Amino acid sequence: MNKDVSSPLRPLGRRNFLRSALLTAALAGVTRTFSPCVSRALAETLTAVRPPVFWLQGMGCTGCSVSILNSLHPRIADVLLQIMRMDFHPTLMADEGEGAMNFMLRSAAENDGAFLLVQEGAVSEEEGGRFCVIGEAGHEEYPLSVTLERLAPHAAAVLAVGSCAAYGGVSAARGAMTGAMGVQDFFHRKGIGTPVINIPGCPPHPDWMVGTMLILLDAVERRGLAEGLREVASTLDAWSRPKAFYGSTTHENCPYLYLFDEGRMAENFPDKAGCRYGLGCKGPTTWCDSPLRRWNDRVNWCVENALCIGCVQPDFPDGQSPFYRKNLR
Amino acid sequence: MPEHYNESKENTMAVSIAIDPITRIEGHLKAKIDVSDGVVQNARLTGGMFRGFETILLGRDPMDAPQIVQRICGVCPVSHALASCAALEDAADFTPPVQARLLRNLMQGANFLQSHILSFYQLSSQDFFQGPSTPPFSPRQKKPDLRLGEAETRMMLDQYLESLDIRALCHEMAAIFGGRMPHVHGIVPGGTTATASAGQIQDFRSRLKKVRAFAEQRYLPLIYMLSEVYDDLAHMGRGWANAMCMGVFPHPDGGEPAFRAGIWAHGRELPFDPDKIVENVRYSWFTAASGGSPFSAPPLVVDLDKRGAYSFSKAARYDGMPMEVGPHARLWIGNPELSPAGRELALRHLGIRARRFRDLGETFVFSIMGRHLARAEETWFVADVMESWLDALKPKERAWEPLPELQNAEGFSLTEAPRGSLMHCLKVENGRLSFYQVLPATLWNASPRDDAGLRGPMEEALVGVSVADESSPVNAGRLIRAFDP
Repeated sequence: MNKDVSSPLRPLGRRNFLRSALLTAALAGVTRTFSPCVSRALAETLTAVRPPVFWLQGMGCTGCSVSILNSLHPRIADVLLQIMRMDFHPTLMADEGEGAMNFMLRSAAENDGAFLLVQEGAVSEEEGGRFCVIGEAGHEEYPLSVTLERLAPHAAAVLAVGSCAAYGGVSAARGAMTGAMGVQDFFHRKGIGTPVINIPGCPPHPDWMVGTMLILLDAVERRGLAEGLREVASTLDAWSRPKAFYGSTTHENCPYLYLFDEGRMAENFPDKAGCRYGLGCKGPTTWCDSPLRRWNDRVNWCVENALCIGCVQPDFPDGQSPFYRKNLR
Repeated sequence: MPEHYNESKENTMAVSIAIDPITRIEGHLKAKIDVSDGVVQNARLTGGMFRGFETILLGRDPMDAPQIVQRICGVCPVSHALASCAALEDAADFTPPVQARLLRNLMQGANFLQSHILSFYQLSSQDFFQGPSTPPFSPRQKKPDLRLGEAETRMMLDQYLESLDIRALCHEMAAIFGGRMPHVHGIVPGGTTATASAGQIQDFRSRLKKVRAFAEQRYLPLIYMLSEVYDDLAHMGRGWANAMCMGVFPHPDGGEPAFRAGIWAHGRELPFDPDKIVENVRYSWFTAASGGSPFSAPPLVVDLDKRGAYSFSKAARYDGMPMEVGPHARLWIGNPELSPAGRELALRHLGIRARRFRDLGETFVFSIMGRHLARAEETWFVADVMESWLDALKPKERAWEPLPELQNAEGFSLTEAPRGSLMHCLKVENGRLSFYQVLPATLWNASPRDDAGLRGPMEEALVGVSVADESSPVNAGRLIRAFDP
């Protein structure tokens, strides 16, 4: 192919990366652990060999993939072209069909033990996994469950992005008849010991996904694969979530906390002078940093606009329902 | 897997090609095409993933439905939230305040812009240019049939990268009034949670201007140019060449919606009647009893061993007809004026003097490039009309009223998601959802054959598509992505 075509990417050199990292560092109030590590990882991935990433889509809505496209610090173009080597991503990759499948299978064999799997959406093994078939190669269908069984034991780690991949989420909600479940539950059943990092949220904030990937790359770069993974594992909570993003409740960082403390509760949606707990807000029992990080270039966030529905929690949606208190007037 | 499909006998000389996954779409889709003489003779599309929202919704608090249904589609959650709220409001015989209708239109509009830009740039554009030699641009098919010179290739890569920022701006617009994207918090039964401050309106407007400029200066000129360069694709993939629109963007004061409901079939226009919709399941992995009218179809029962079945998608039909849905269908029925840029570009690149959309001609509109071009024109049209809704907002005006509590009621709604028609039907018994049916665009465009054996719209449009090299059936993927399934 024509080499000139790639030249627009070259100006995105070290300086831009550092600037991008500084912008991220400007959010340092968000989490103490996140920003220094990000600037290191960003600088170093420029020279480091990037491990291949296979992003598998299971039983979900593609909302996690759409959400990561909103990454701004660093920009998604930098994430795709310089941070993650996305050897397989069904929504973005140029190739299709058998060519795409074989490229992944070959790359997995060549990088045994050294590639990363990102799983979006839930997995089911009922009916031989036929509730979710992700492709075909050599006249063989690849249900997600079979693909995971084959690839996951050879992966360095698995990032379960979104509440469906982490815990089953809406795909495994009451009434589902597909046997959908999260990655860890599936691994437990199959005796797969590959480490899993959960990045829940429906969808997860782009920073949670990109940030976790950077934390991982940084640790592996500094300490090697085994030690690096151990270091990252030590920063996860009991639900395998990175404490950097899920270490506090929405409630404790909520700008409306004083209203809660004063007992001033909102009576309806337009009433912005009261705490949304009065509407049914799940902030007190939901663990993420949305109030500090905010969403979509920080223009807004869930509780400022309405209320928290607990979408990062392992029991979402059933345990978080009803989302709204009755008798709003 | 055993081959049951009865038409395969007709094509014994054909080479059968499976493309799975069809990448750069939302969801799991497999295409199986039979090719002989360099042309697709037969096609079938397999929706390869099933979650079963209609049973997941049963027994739930009706007010939770708009949040649950958004998880059907991460690209078009706003449309599902609106459809669900509208069905609940229909059940309660409730009309949301004018301010809420304006804010809903603005969130829906912002997501139309987001979805269309995503659909062309992130999903389809690589069908026409070669990106850098790094994933996700590489590897690709051996013979990708790319026809652009170096300068145009570089321009397309620049636009691909720029569009990433523009698409994110569209999400920011929806989040200004909706809390965050994807999956908005701000659309609730009874109206919207935001009241729209003067600052928010300004933040929204400044972004809208940038997106509109991108549509005018990048997206439209590019699509018209590509329609000239890939001229064979401008009359390939005709299919049933009919159209359906359920109507979208209701007029805030109760007048005509921005896109009116209608049917185009057999070369003439018919009024749209929701009672004529039926869901067929003969070729779907559901028991025969699972189909019927969306107002009364029983909950789906999966049957993966069903003889002849090949998809998790049902086949939605209107008065027995497969119908094409999406931007080209909406614009064909509504027939608005083309953008000022588009009128000039149509003459320059296509040699067509066109004032209104239908002036582009049926052959062009119902083609691979025609469907892409409709999406670009609609991006401009929606951005344009959004400014009038923004002007009509009254800062701090209340946009929510309590919905009367639902004990026993039924309701439905008709709208359009970016990719096509969307219908929600529900029933509430003793304060709980006892019935829920969702008819998304996929059940129209990407449907399998119906009970009468008629192909779905994309299957039909695949027939006749040229395949120059069986190892690289690029035009099949191009056709599918042009529908934005």
